[in-house]
Amino acid sequence: MKLFTRYLKPVAGIVSLGLLIKVFGTLAELALPYILQYMLDVVAVRNKIKDLILWGLIMIAFAVLCAVLNIVANRMAAKVARDAARTIRHDLFKATMNLSAETVDKFTVSSLESRLTTDTYNVHHVIGVIQRMGVRAPILLFGGLIMTFMLDYRLALVMLATVPLIGGAVFFVTLKGTPLFRHAQSRTDDMIRVVREVSQGIRVVKALSREEKERARYENVNRELVKAETKASATMAAVNPSMNLFLNFGLVAVILIGAIIISRPGSGMKPGVIIAFMQYFTLISNALLHITRIFVMLTRAVASAGRIIEVIDSPDDMEVYSSRDFPSDDGAAGICFDNVSFSYKKKKKIIKEVSFFLKSGEKLGIIGATGSGKTTLINLLMRFYDVDSGSVRIDGQDVRTVCRDKLHGFFGAAMQNDFIFSGTIRENIDFGRGISDDDIFKALRTAQAERFVSELDDGLDYKLNSKGTNLSGGQRQRLFIARAMAGKPRILVLDDSSSALDYKTDAALRRAIAADCKDQTVVIVAQRVSSVMGCDLILVIDKGRIIDMGKHEELMERCEVYRETSESQMGGAIFD
Amino acid sequence: MIRRKSSERAGTPKAEAMSREKRRKTISRLAAYMIRYKGLVIVSTLFVLSSNIIALLGPSVSGDVIDIICRYTGNEMIARVMPLCITLAVIYIASGALSYIQSFLLITLSQKITYSMRKEIFRRLTELGAGYFDTHQTGDIISRISYDVDTVNSSISSDLIQVLGSAVTVFGSLFMMARIQPVLLAVFLITIPFSILFARHRSIRIRPLFRKRAAKLGQLNGYAEEMLSGQKTIRAYRREKVITSRFDERNSDAVESYYNADYHGAVMGPAVNFINNISMALITMLGGIFYMFWVGNEQGVTSVLPLFVISLGGVSKFVQYSRKFAGPINEFANITNEIQSTLSAAERIFRILDEEPEQKGDVVSTELKNIKGDVSFDGVSFGYVPDRTIIKDVSIHAKPGSTIAIVGPTGAGKTTIINLLMRFYDVDSGSIAVDNVDIRSVPRGGLRRCFTMILQDTWLFHGSIRDNIAYGRDGAGYDEIVEAAKSARIDEYIESLPDGYDTILSDDGVNLSKGQKQLISIARAMLADSPMLIMDEATSNVDSRTEANIQKAMRTLMSGRTGFVIAHRLSTVQNADMILVLRDGRVAERGSHDELMQMDGFYSNLYNSQFE
Repeated sequence: MKLFTRYLKPVAGIVSLGLLIKVFGTLAELALPYILQYMLDVVAVRNKIKDLILWGLIMIAFAVLCAVLNIVANRMAAKVARDAARTIRHDLFKATMNLSAETVDKFTVSSLESRLTTDTYNVHHVIGVIQRMGVRAPILLFGGLIMTFMLDYRLALVMLATVPLIGGAVFFVTLKGTPLFRHAQSRTDDMIRVVREVSQGIRVVKALSREEKERARYENVNRELVKAETKASATMAAVNPSMNLFLNFGLVAVILIGAIIISRPGSGMKPGVIIAFMQYFTLISNALLHITRIFVMLTRAVASAGRIIEVIDSPDDMEVYSSRDFPSDDGAAGICFDNVSFSYKKKKKIIKEVSFFLKSGEKLGIIGATGSGKTTLINLLMRFYDVDSGSVRIDGQDVRTVCRDKLHGFFGAAMQNDFIFSGTIRENIDFGRGISDDDIFKALRTAQAERFVSELDDGLDYKLNSKGTNLSGGQRQRLFIARAMAGKPRILVLDDSSSALDYKTDAALRRAIAADCKDQTVVIVAQRVSSVMGCDLILVIDKGRIIDMGKHEELMERCEVYRETSESQMGGAIFD
Repeated sequence: MIRRKSSERAGTPKAEAMSREKRRKTISRLAAYMIRYKGLVIVSTLFVLSSNIIALLGPSVSGDVIDIICRYTGNEMIARVMPLCITLAVIYIASGALSYIQSFLLITLSQKITYSMRKEIFRRLTELGAGYFDTHQTGDIISRISYDVDTVNSSISSDLIQVLGSAVTVFGSLFMMARIQPVLLAVFLITIPFSILFARHRSIRIRPLFRKRAAKLGQLNGYAEEMLSGQKTIRAYRREKVITSRFDERNSDAVESYYNADYHGAVMGPAVNFINNISMALITMLGGIFYMFWVGNEQGVTSVLPLFVISLGGVSKFVQYSRKFAGPINEFANITNEIQSTLSAAERIFRILDEEPEQKGDVVSTELKNIKGDVSFDGVSFGYVPDRTIIKDVSIHAKPGSTIAIVGPTGAGKTTIINLLMRFYDVDSGSIAVDNVDIRSVPRGGLRRCFTMILQDTWLFHGSIRDNIAYGRDGAGYDEIVEAAKSARIDEYIESLPDGYDTILSDDGVNLSKGQKQLISIARAMLADSPMLIMDEATSNVDSRTEANIQKAMRTLMSGRTGFVIAHRLSTVQNADMILVLRDGRVAERGSHDELMQMDGFYSNLYNSQFE
């Protein structure tokens, strides 16, 4: 609800104007059956054709008025909905882009995704619909009831009596139906899962000749799904007939009681009233139907709005502190980890008391098994997460005191599972930074990607699929490296970004980095000793701790883990 | 959210004729499904017809009541009204019951058809060759078996009733109105053109706008999804502003096309109402005049021809029928639209069903029994598409129990060798034989059972660990499963889980590491116990302990079996009896590690590069 008030407040004027127009349009609509009754009961008896035609024209005029006003109001509503949706979506996307890694973890990417897509859609839809139907339906309902009271209060009471019955019936069926639909939905998920598993694992299924077994498995989920869907649909199918039934019963009662009233001498009621009543009945029942629909839609939209506002309003947990909170250490150019400890979501300690210092322009290698905390060190260095204790400093300045734009401006990073969007190779490397083709080629050359890119039909204009599925793993990694290098960053971070390269290419890459990135600070995270052996400082990480650090030769001599890793070539593929 | 493009738009007259022909075929195939349940179809048609006809009686009876009210007074009137009201109530109960039964029957029918459609699709999927899944995205397959089938399904259960019911209602109410007052029908000469114009407007102007709106929204969602997956990178490169402004462009497009559809669509509701209201006004006007004549005739003041008179009850009936009459006409444009999308959905379904199963054309003459495990490739050539040969004249001989390591750069044809061995594809020329029997002469199932295959991307399904291991062999006992897990060195880990072997592997359940998943699939292979083994060694990095376990488990698995391993690790290669170095689809070098090193060729070059 907060979302609606916040984003509709600025347009409150136009919204109210639209609603006002809608009110008049609806009132015009309500007048129609009233005129009908008047024509039949009063004018027709007067025996003047001219009067009848006149009233007929009035009725048409009202019909036109009703149509025009409604169209105008609907269009205004659409405009309001458009503007609100645009702003909401913009704000949400912007907020999403600015979320810290920790908050993204908390929300999960797939949830953020559905907030951006389904939820904003729901909200957009409902802002439009509410303005269109939210006024019309209640006015039709209450106005219809008032009009019927004006016609004849006794008949109106009869009609009124059916309203809760109808509402109750619809409500009851919906109440029963909703969980059934949810059940059917999860049966659909089951069904889809089997199809997905089989299409992805078709080779295993066939290798083990399990086709028959899979068919039986599918048979089960298919049968369950059909059962669930039949039950849900059969329940919901009761809505319309039962609503119509109550409605028609009301109608019969109105006719009967109307007849009884008219039969009494001197009642003064005219038969035209009953005809008008029938018209109102249709109006009122439609209004009821709409109100239930609005109700369902609104509950969904309120839930969506809540999910959106949660993201937009999520506090920036990556505040930039002043250097008074975290004093800097002047005169030390380079990267410094000072007794750093860290845990994701404050649960299990991932990094324990890590301290090291790397001079500006030097090369740092980080080696260790999966899960030892290597990538986490990078996350802390780039301040995707904040340390629990200790501090991370770049050129003596605590990263928490550097504004994010400036901080990230230091880096060019090729990360693990980095991302490629659908677009050309140029767009993916340039990444909206306005880098010249020359520089792009230079980066590609260093990243050992120039050859395969120039062999592609379109070169830099080669269209990449989303996630880069039309490249091999090694090619993707080289593009990530090129992207990181293209911006000529002060600190180049390569997080496990050559694992898919064969030894030969990897070796060439190492030579190129050594030659082309002389002045840059380079941080290389790797599993293979060969990837880091040329570094000025190598950290050997195990279970979040630095178990040793030094140069390759030193470590070979004194660090057993390092030596073993080197000898076994553990974790690396020799052959592509 | 992303709606599919409607079926291909016909360009030339010839294409149009072809697509019409295709359409006709699709319809007749859909009809064939209906015919399969013809009893149900006939019964539900009867119910649709009868419930609509009965619903048509309502206004007629209520109009009669009004006439009685006008004509009679006092108790006589009540006495006459009473039975009619009871009739009315009965009609409404009957109509309600009939319409519920009718929907129920149609739901049953559509679910039956859905069920068998899905069953057939899935059956066909399991019969198709692996190649089909190489060229078709899983998402697309899923959308056909769920979304497309649902579209057809809802069309059968709702559109069908609507069309049938509408036809009855339109003609029924037209007939009723003509009986009451044929001259009043002239009103529709004015309003029906309105309806037709409006329907045309809707189909020509508005519907494309809705299609566009769906497409733009799909693009927006796609973009949002994509960028979200790269959020961290975007932040790292400080591209938030650029990306957000690109998002804004798409956002604007999306809301603008939504608005466009809404702007023109805003006419729809009011316009339908307007047409109805105009009818009502004209009917009341004309009807009022005729009623005036009727009153005059009744009082003997005038003597207007019966063609131009109507009773008050007649007006009531007429107004109600006119509403019933107008409804379906307004909906007509909608239904044709639905039918269009149903047909394209059905076409997509039938396209899967029309794929040729891999067994087609197989000539099976022998069975493989008591396999020793002697495998030979003799001058094998193969390409996935006719003009691009991937494997060129490859000959290999693997003695029973030996291990063959296959190495080579990406794209050299390593995986293709395995595809051919398992007969996921058949050779173009040359032959592959197991124990000197050409594999094309044995049933695929039998051949594949001789192999156990472990792929890089471990495939586990939603289910317990026990079921996942037992997948390798029917009716494997608990002890055997544990035994297999022990040989795969994963038993200890499984036991450490709270539910042990009954732990359910699901998307959101326990998170097994890649290495652990691999060990489970090795356990599965142990249990399957086939005489031959095919393995694509994982390149993924796992921790050293798991890595060591995988190596040991693999060695246990390979002993005594003929094995083909796409190798990435030195230890595997060193232990192999023979190494095949593939390059551009040919065997470039072959021999043991030492032999190849001495050759000082491609292999030794590859090997030495690690020390550079």
